[in-house]
Amino acid sequence: MSADGEESEILRDLAFTLQAGTFTCLIGPSGCGKTTTLRILLGLDRDFSGTVTMPAGNVRTVAVFQEPRLLPWRTVEQNVRLALPPGATPDIQPLFATLGLQAMLDRYPSELSLGLERRVALARAFAVMPDVLLLDEPFVSLDEHTAERLRELLIELWRRHAVTVLMVTHNVREAVQLADRLLLMNGRPARIVGDVAVPMERSKRLGGRLQQFLDELTRNHAQTVRA
Amino acid sequence: MKRAPLKLLSVLGFFLLWAVIAAAVNSPDVPGPAEVGLFVAREALSGELFYNLVVTLSRVAAAFLISLIVGSAIGIVMGQNRAVDRILDPWIIIFVNLPALVIIVLCYIWMGLTEVAAVTAVALNKIPNVVITMREGARSLDPKLSEMARVFRFSRMRTIRHVVLPQLQPFIAAAGRSGLALIWKIVLVVELLGRSNGVGFQIHLYFQLFDVAAILGYTLAFVIVMLAIEFSVVQPLEHHLTRWRPKPA
Repeated sequence: MSADGEESEILRDLAFTLQAGTFTCLIGPSGCGKTTTLRILLGLDRDFSGTVTMPAGNVRTVAVFQEPRLLPWRTVEQNVRLALPPGATPDIQPLFATLGLQAMLDRYPSELSLGLERRVALARAFAVMPDVLLLDEPFVSLDEHTAERLRELLIELWRRHAVTVLMVTHNVREAVQLADRLLLMNGRPARIVGDVAVPMERSKRLGGRLQQFLDELTRNHAQTVRA
Repeated sequence: MKRAPLKLLSVLGFFLLWAVIAAAVNSPDVPGPAEVGLFVAREALSGELFYNLVVTLSRVAAAFLISLIVGSAIGIVMGQNRAVDRILDPWIIIFVNLPALVIIVLCYIWMGLTEVAAVTAVALNKIPNVVITMREGARSLDPKLSEMARVFRFSRMRTIRHVVLPQLQPFIAAAGRSGLALIWKIVLVVELLGRSNGVGFQIHLYFQLFDVAAILGYTLAFVIVMLAIEFSVVQPLEHHLTRWRPKPA
C-alpha cells in the first residue's frame, strides 16, 4: 500500500528455499521488492498471502537493517546487550574483539562513524546466536575500503556461527564475492527469475576469475544484472 | 565557567533595580527588597511561612503528578491511534479553551470546598496541555526503532523503557516544565477561592490588609523554592537524560 492509499502488488509467485547454514544473496534492481521480501520473512509486513516456513523448534531470526537502527541513548555495549534474550549472559567480548569494537563499548552511537555503527549492528545480530540472519544492503554508502573489511568480518562470523544468511544487495560484485548462491529477482510484480550457484572457493574470487563469472552472469541475466 | 557569574550578576541587577525604584517611589505600596526580606524572615521564624509553603507545594506536587500521568496516557493513545484521536480531539479543544476560573468554581460547587476538589480543578486545567504535547511526542515515535525492537523480541517492559520513553523524554520534559509553572499559578487561585491555608490564601489575606510587603514576601519565597527545584532537580535530571546527545561545539 503506498502513501496515497493506492494498493499495488509488489510480489507474485515468489518462492524459494534456503539450505541451513548457507549464504544466499538476493539481487535485483532498486524498488523491485527485495526489502519487502525481507520484511515478510521478519514478520514486519503482514499484508501478503502465502506462507513462510521456518525449521521446527525455536528458530531465532534477526536482521541487520539498511540503517544501523541503534538506540541513540544507549551505549554500544548496552545496544548489544539489550538485544539478548532475557537472562542470557553469553560472553560477547570475543565478538567485540573480532569486530574491533573493544575500545568503543562506552561510546554512544552519535560518536561513531557509519562504518562503526554498522559493526555494532552486526555485533548485535550475531550476539543473539541467530539461526537465520537477514541483511538488507548492510554495507551501502560506505567507502569501498570499509565495506571490504566489513564483508570479510561478515564471512568470518558466518563461518564461526553456522548461521543461514540471506542478504539483499544490488551490488552484484559484492554478492558474487560473498554468497554460495544468488537469487535474482525482477519483474513487476516481482518473482525469482534466476537461481545461480557460485561454485568458486571464496578465497579465489578475485581478479580475472571473478570478472569472468560476472561477465557470464551479466550475459545470461541482462535484464536483472548490470554489473 | 563564565555562565554562573553572569547569571548571578543578572539576579543581583534585578534586586538593585527593585531597590532603586522602591526608593524613588517612596510609598508603603512599593516596599523595597529590605522590607520584603524582613517580612520573610519574621514569617519564617514564626513557622507560618514554612507551613504555608509546604501546603501549597504538596498541592502543586499532587496536581502535577496527576496531570502528567493522566495527560501522558491520553496523549500517547491519541498519538498512536487515529480513531481515538478523532473522537477525543474536540474534547481537548474544549477543555484547553475553558477558563481556569470556570473549572475551579464548578469543581468547588460540585465537589464541595475540599482538598480533592482543589487538586482536581488544577489537574483538569493542566491535563489538556499535557495531552497535546504528549500526542505530538507519540506521533514522532520512530517506527524503525519499534521494528528493530520487534525483530529482536524486546519484551514490553524493555521496549517501553529503552525504546519508547527515551524518545518521549523531550516531550515529557517540555510538558513538565511548562506544567510546573502553570500549575503553581493556578494553585494560588484555587487557594484564594476555597482553601484556608497555603500561599494563595495568605496573599488573599494580606491583599485585604493592603500589605504589599507580605504579598511580595510570599511570592518571593515561593519563586525561590521553584528556582531551587529547577536547579537542584530538573536541570541535573535533564542533563543526565540527554547525556547521549552530541554536544554542540
